[in-house]
Amino acid sequence: MIWKTIKVNFHRLGSPPTFYRLAEVLAPWLWGGFAVCAAIGLYQALYVVPPDYQQSDSFRILYIHVPSAWQAMAGYVVMTILAVIALVWRIRTVEIMAMAGAPIGAAFTFICLATGSLWGRPMWGTWWAWDARLTSMLVLLFIYLGIMGLYAAFEDRRKGARVACILILVGIVNIPIIHFSVEWWTTLHQGATIRLFSGESTLHESMMPPLVWMTIAVKLMFGAALLDRARNDLLDQDRRKGWVQSRLGETA
Amino acid sequence: MTPTRKKRLTLVGLIVLGVSAATVVAITALQDNMLFFVTPSDVQAQTLPPDRQIRLGGLVADGTVSRDPDSLAVTFGVTDGAHDVMVSFNGILPDLFREGQGVIAHGHMDESGVFRAHEVLARHDETYMPPEVMRALEKAGHPIEASMPQ
Repeated sequence: MIWKTIKVNFHRLGSPPTFYRLAEVLAPWLWGGFAVCAAIGLYQALYVVPPDYQQSDSFRILYIHVPSAWQAMAGYVVMTILAVIALVWRIRTVEIMAMAGAPIGAAFTFICLATGSLWGRPMWGTWWAWDARLTSMLVLLFIYLGIMGLYAAFEDRRKGARVACILILVGIVNIPIIHFSVEWWTTLHQGATIRLFSGESTLHESMMPPLVWMTIAVKLMFGAALLDRARNDLLDQDRRKGWVQSRLGETA
Repeated sequence: MTPTRKKRLTLVGLIVLGVSAATVVAITALQDNMLFFVTPSDVQAQTLPPDRQIRLGGLVADGTVSRDPDSLAVTFGVTDGAHDVMVSFNGILPDLFREGQGVIAHGHMDESGVFRAHEVLARHDETYMPPEVMRALEKAGHPIEASMPQ
């Protein structure tokens, strides 16, 4: 039965040595994919795509800003799913994965805020405004930092992870607020350009390819960094355990 | 699923539900405070206290921009299609400022009904296209019209 094989292998991922080995094999491929997609995306964004009619070359920062913003939010959704699994099934590798996402998500949120600020200065005329979109994104950064802080605050790492997972659940309400902030309230930030479900996207089709490449690139990078961080955390937590000792013995 | 796990899953569901409900209540209560700017129609509809600081958002009305040749002083009309408000400003305007552009002015209404701004920000819309496409659209008689949310 193929279904049974999948199920058994899935359960094996809960075992630290199996998870470690999979992450070790998978991460370099994700990093490689990220490098290729980002190289194509950045080249197209900087050299191929025409300038915007209104913002000229300044609009090119969109190709960093928008994928980062999406990943900051998508990363949080991934962490929420992991947190639910961690809280209900108490699988240690999943707890570690959920915790590994926070610094990466925080980094993408920071990139989004920083590039947005650099973009806002010449276009809007200000580095920062307390409108609903910018403020809710800043709140997301603080939630990420809060998760990292809570996890680090407990002597017992598993207890810390469980408490931080509850904070992840609480913080998920901010994600729809970020998304709909430009529709529910008047904001300095413009509305959504790319629409998957309702209406047409208002990015000209000639400007679309680098956005797709960059979006795939940051997704792969998130996955790669997530696996690497989880692997390191696992190694640190289990450093006195037999499987780590034997693994390190192999390579040393 | 074991009963313990079922219980934990229910608890997780209740946490998300509870926090969401609290957030909806808080956001509904704070609705007006979450607005970054008000429109000229909002300003016309109510008499604001003269020193009340507000942000006024709308499009720069066509043919209303007049600059003082000796200083940075400029006056322009801000419109939302229904009502217009005259804005006077003394300072550097953002690069995107022009007739038909979305702007947000921060300041207050004076006694004569002129909005005295101490800061003017540009608000661009969510449309991006190459200049050639823009020219082609204009030639075809379908110029892009800037829009502001109401």
